[in-house]
Amino acid sequence: MTTLTETSASSQQPQRGHGRPPQKRAISLAQLAVALPGAFRKLDPRQMWRNPVMFLVEVGAALTTVLAIAEPFLGGPAESGGAGVPASFTWGITVWLWLTVVFANLAESVAEGRGKAQADSLRQTRTTTMANRVAEYDPDTDPAAERAPIVEVSSADLELGNVVIVVAGELIPGDGDIVWGIASVDESAITGESAPVVRESGGDRSAVTGGTRVLSDRIVVRITSRPGETFVDRMIALVEGASRQKTPNEIALNILLACLSIVFVVVTLTINPIAGYSEAAVSVPVLVALLVCLIPTTIGALLSAIGIAGMDRLVQRNVLAMSGRAVEAAGDVTTLLLDKTGTITYGNRRATEFTPLAGVSLEELTRVAALASLSDPTPEGKSIVVLAEANGFRNPGELAGDIVPFSAQTRMSGIDLVGGSNIRKGAGSTLTAWVEEFGHVTDAVRTELDGHVERISRAGGTPLVVAMSSAGGSRNILGVIYLKDVVKEGIAERFAELRAMGIRTIMITGDNPLTAKTIAAEAGVDDFLAEATPEDKLALIRREQEGGNLVAMTGDGTNDAPALAQADVGVAMNTGTSAAKEAGNMVDLDSDPTKLIDIVRIGKQLLITRGALTTFSIANDVAKYFAIIPAMFTGVFPGLAVLNIMQLHSPASAIMSAIIFNAIIIVVLIPLALRGVKYRAASASRILSRNLLIYGLGGVIAPFIGIKLIDLLISLIPGF
Amino acid sequence: MDVWLAVAQVATLVVILAALHRPLGDYMATIYTSGKDLKIERGFYRLIGVDARSDQTWQSYLRGVLAFSAVGVLFVYLIQRAQAVLPYSLGFPGIPEGLSFNTAVSFVTNTNWQSYSPDVTMGYTVQLAGLAVQNFVSAAVGIAVAIALVRAFALRRSGTIGNFWVDLTRGTLRLLLPISVVGAVVLIAGGVIQNFNGFTDLTTLGGGAQSIPGGPTASQEAIKLLGTNGGGFFNANSAHPFENPTAWANLFEIVLMLAIPFSLPRTFGAIVGDKKQGYAILATMASIFLVSLTALTILELVGAGTAPAAAGGAMEGKETRFGIAGSTLFATTSTLTSTGAVNSMHDSFTALGGMMPMLNMMLGEVAPGGVGSGLYGMLILAVIAVFVAGLLVGRTPEYLGKKIGPREIKLASLYILVTPTLVLTGTALSFAIPAVRADVEGTSIWNPGLHGLSEVLYAFTSAANNNGSAFAGLTANTPWFNTALGVAMLLGRFIPIVFVLALAGSLAAQDKVPATAGTLPTNRSLFVGLLVGVTIIITALTYFPVLALGPLAEGLQ
Repeated sequence: MTTLTETSASSQQPQRGHGRPPQKRAISLAQLAVALPGAFRKLDPRQMWRNPVMFLVEVGAALTTVLAIAEPFLGGPAESGGAGVPASFTWGITVWLWLTVVFANLAESVAEGRGKAQADSLRQTRTTTMANRVAEYDPDTDPAAERAPIVEVSSADLELGNVVIVVAGELIPGDGDIVWGIASVDESAITGESAPVVRESGGDRSAVTGGTRVLSDRIVVRITSRPGETFVDRMIALVEGASRQKTPNEIALNILLACLSIVFVVVTLTINPIAGYSEAAVSVPVLVALLVCLIPTTIGALLSAIGIAGMDRLVQRNVLAMSGRAVEAAGDVTTLLLDKTGTITYGNRRATEFTPLAGVSLEELTRVAALASLSDPTPEGKSIVVLAEANGFRNPGELAGDIVPFSAQTRMSGIDLVGGSNIRKGAGSTLTAWVEEFGHVTDAVRTELDGHVERISRAGGTPLVVAMSSAGGSRNILGVIYLKDVVKEGIAERFAELRAMGIRTIMITGDNPLTAKTIAAEAGVDDFLAEATPEDKLALIRREQEGGNLVAMTGDGTNDAPALAQADVGVAMNTGTSAAKEAGNMVDLDSDPTKLIDIVRIGKQLLITRGALTTFSIANDVAKYFAIIPAMFTGVFPGLAVLNIMQLHSPASAIMSAIIFNAIIIVVLIPLALRGVKYRAASASRILSRNLLIYGLGGVIAPFIGIKLIDLLISLIPGF
Repeated sequence: MDVWLAVAQVATLVVILAALHRPLGDYMATIYTSGKDLKIERGFYRLIGVDARSDQTWQSYLRGVLAFSAVGVLFVYLIQRAQAVLPYSLGFPGIPEGLSFNTAVSFVTNTNWQSYSPDVTMGYTVQLAGLAVQNFVSAAVGIAVAIALVRAFALRRSGTIGNFWVDLTRGTLRLLLPISVVGAVVLIAGGVIQNFNGFTDLTTLGGGAQSIPGGPTASQEAIKLLGTNGGGFFNANSAHPFENPTAWANLFEIVLMLAIPFSLPRTFGAIVGDKKQGYAILATMASIFLVSLTALTILELVGAGTAPAAAGGAMEGKETRFGIAGSTLFATTSTLTSTGAVNSMHDSFTALGGMMPMLNMMLGEVAPGGVGSGLYGMLILAVIAVFVAGLLVGRTPEYLGKKIGPREIKLASLYILVTPTLVLTGTALSFAIPAVRADVEGTSIWNPGLHGLSEVLYAFTSAANNNGSAFAGLTANTPWFNTALGVAMLLGRFIPIVFVLALAGSLAAQDKVPATAGTLPTNRSLFVGLLVGVTIIITALTYFPVLALGPLAEGLQ
């Protein structure tokens, strides 16, 4: 679990991976050209079968093809509904039906193609290397494996639990945990981040990924994955969409679309018997055209592309979702658990104020505090110098003296100056004890000090007490430095946005309740969990889930693993342990905890895109009916011409126009399917009315215009 | 003049229903959630061996519904077949197999399609012991199923959805029976007959001989309307002066039809603990009702053709004591509530006007629909609307805190699939099978041409949607129609119930998701608009082609 003192992952890696620039345009002609062969390969009925709506179109296309071929032998195109049709009509319908299917496959191919490029670059890291396997590893007597016999094997032959040695310059042969040593590792192949990261045994940064390169030192790694099941393998499968499984909402939508299709099949099949009563039976190609226009082909064609593109958007943000289900769940999240450090605050406290005790001047405290911190490499130390300089302290540059670094035993740091005076800074109780080693802290000083310490703690800050021993040996407390946990800029607005989306944020922190409360109020989170242990965290998630909430969280440590597994959306940091990565259902390669908010947006966007295109698809049917129904029957019932409100040229051109519109709209909407519908954080009602207006009303109006325009062109073709 | 009459009637109706729906809705909520049994109920439970305190799983609840209805069909069938030997048969013979089957199914499914003339076919025993009893219990079954679904929305992680036998008993004894008694008394006061006189032969002033029927009409009339049954005591149904004597009785009958269906949304709101949810459903139903009523009234008032113009209005087939406004209001009410009672001949409406009752039924009887069936039908549509809308706001759709996942959508979609399939295949088969087509065109259709098609379409629409009204020009007492319509009624009633109860089971088993700002609100006007839209679009898309071949082609000639 992230604690207060640990510097956050985000501050180490502030930028997104620059290995993969974000794709600006949703689609390019080149992408289409590349995807085209795949689109034709997908015509295989065994593949089409998985998409019932488009399968139906393919069956219709096959049927009209047979009819078009047979027609000349059966005496020309049949009359339909009492109206004649041109000779090229059946062929025209056939061609456009096939195009409808191809366009649908094209959408899926394009979506997959975008993932393929990423998969290819990942594949290059998967080259087989030679690994130095330790034959008999004994962690007790020889943890560094310096004496154990080494066997050279291919990385492909490594098994779970094998121990290997990797030295500087070598590729790590497989996923694993460092059991001994520390090394800097270049992980750019996976994260796109060129700066090397430090990996060491024990703790939360022991995980290494196969295919990354060790830049310095020597490490002993225990392999934690089988060949072919490594992290990179999974990544490749994910971005290629090979292991894509339908998500619950996608399944539900498919069922609804299939049922609508069945209704329209029934409608189409019953037309001729009923029309037969009035001698108004229509020809089979016209019936097929009607069916294809009515079934929700637009959404049916784009559904899988939307899903693949959604995963792809995550990958572009350097997040790997282990399942589409997790992405969808992200859109449903109602409770967000955020670690304070690194997510809500900058992760390192900054000095904001010097408070001298009575009898000490501010200048004196400032000078001493700065001297004690000049050689302190921690962000806190640096911030003290910055504040001191702002208060008029002049940096002397080199300082003669012995640096006393912070250690867990002494719990303080400082400097022993050459002149004989020693400066220390640390927690109040520690420094009081230090002073009392050689003297006495008066009750007055003690009371005053406690007052300052409590005031600062109450305000959510960390009091750092400064003390100095003079050359004579007497030790005195000079004052208190106010270290403040600084809340990230703009974070409160983001939480307000989340609240508007209906998401409750809970801050998790190891701080005491007092400090936690102050920061929670400043950051604008809805709730907080102070002095949180991993068990508390798990209990909180369970409690939220009991109440029906869906919980998302980030985590990196091994002790986060149970909570990550319990959460509905668990985002593991790539810097984290294998256990954490295994437990979560997403991995953030940038290890940026704030990205959880982006993930939620992407999840929502995915659902909205599906909903929008479904609404659009169904709304389109209104116009198609007004094109086709009068065209089908005006030959017998001239009165129905009243329904031809678009004033389409002829029955044949009306039906052709509808079917062409139906095919073209798929291509037109591919970019939208890939890019996703724009999502703005707002209340559900507002989003609904906006999307209903655009995709519902727009879906009713657009085809009226589109079909009319196509009809104007078709009417120029002789015969129509 | 007619316009103002129409407006005044509707205004009166709105005021009455607005006053009525609250107490009645709350009363129904109390009935179905109360933990106490009446003494007579306890006795009844002991008799049939039911533990009133033990709830049933949805499968068990469904078995109850199906078993009870199967017994009902069998009983009504047998009692008709045996009419000749029963007392009070008025000398009528036993009823033939086909007609007995059709009638038994018709009354048990709350359809009350009548392929026969009741006044010259059914004696008092069949009318009372068979048909009237089913008028009560078929209505109670419908309400029970709706209540089971409503309860499922309120339950959390529950394996059970209530007890069918308790719901059935309470609905009959505490709801339908008392209101029917009051209703019957009011109707008698309004001039509806109630006797066991049989036929009275007399000589008219003009010297002609007339045989005037009597019978226990008022008692049956009240439940016919209250239970949205619609099966008349006389062939002319509510156009007959003995069933519906005056204009105000006409309005009272309309109130009876609408009382329970328009109050059930209130019950729904009360049971799920959010009255606004009930109002949203009510608003959806009422909007569709008013639009449909306005359309029909305008179409009939404007009329079409020379004869209505000459007569000063499309009065063919309408009673002068009700006028156009009284007839269209009754027709709209009757076809939007799955009652199927008529006070005018829908067959004689103008071509486009006649399409309106048909459209009303095609909506799936949801605005406000039959007792119970209307509410569960509308809730199913709400599930579909919520699903689409839920996706549009970026959340896994949820309705009243229940997630609408693959299983729920599967059940709701299958529900929607049933009636259109029955209507369209039934109509298509009538013309597709050569022998049947010959029979239909030769025997049944008396108005050849487009109107004949409309009559057949109307018959199947009415049967599959369990309405029971007819374009009466069709002779339906033929082997084909008795069988096909019987099957349509049976499947149209019970297959949807299977899906509704399965959905109830699946919803009850779920936990509730708490509502947040990201939750789609289902109690606002936006959702009402969406639900109206979904209801109409689903219907329009399904039936547009066949309507174009029938009433539209006829009306646009």
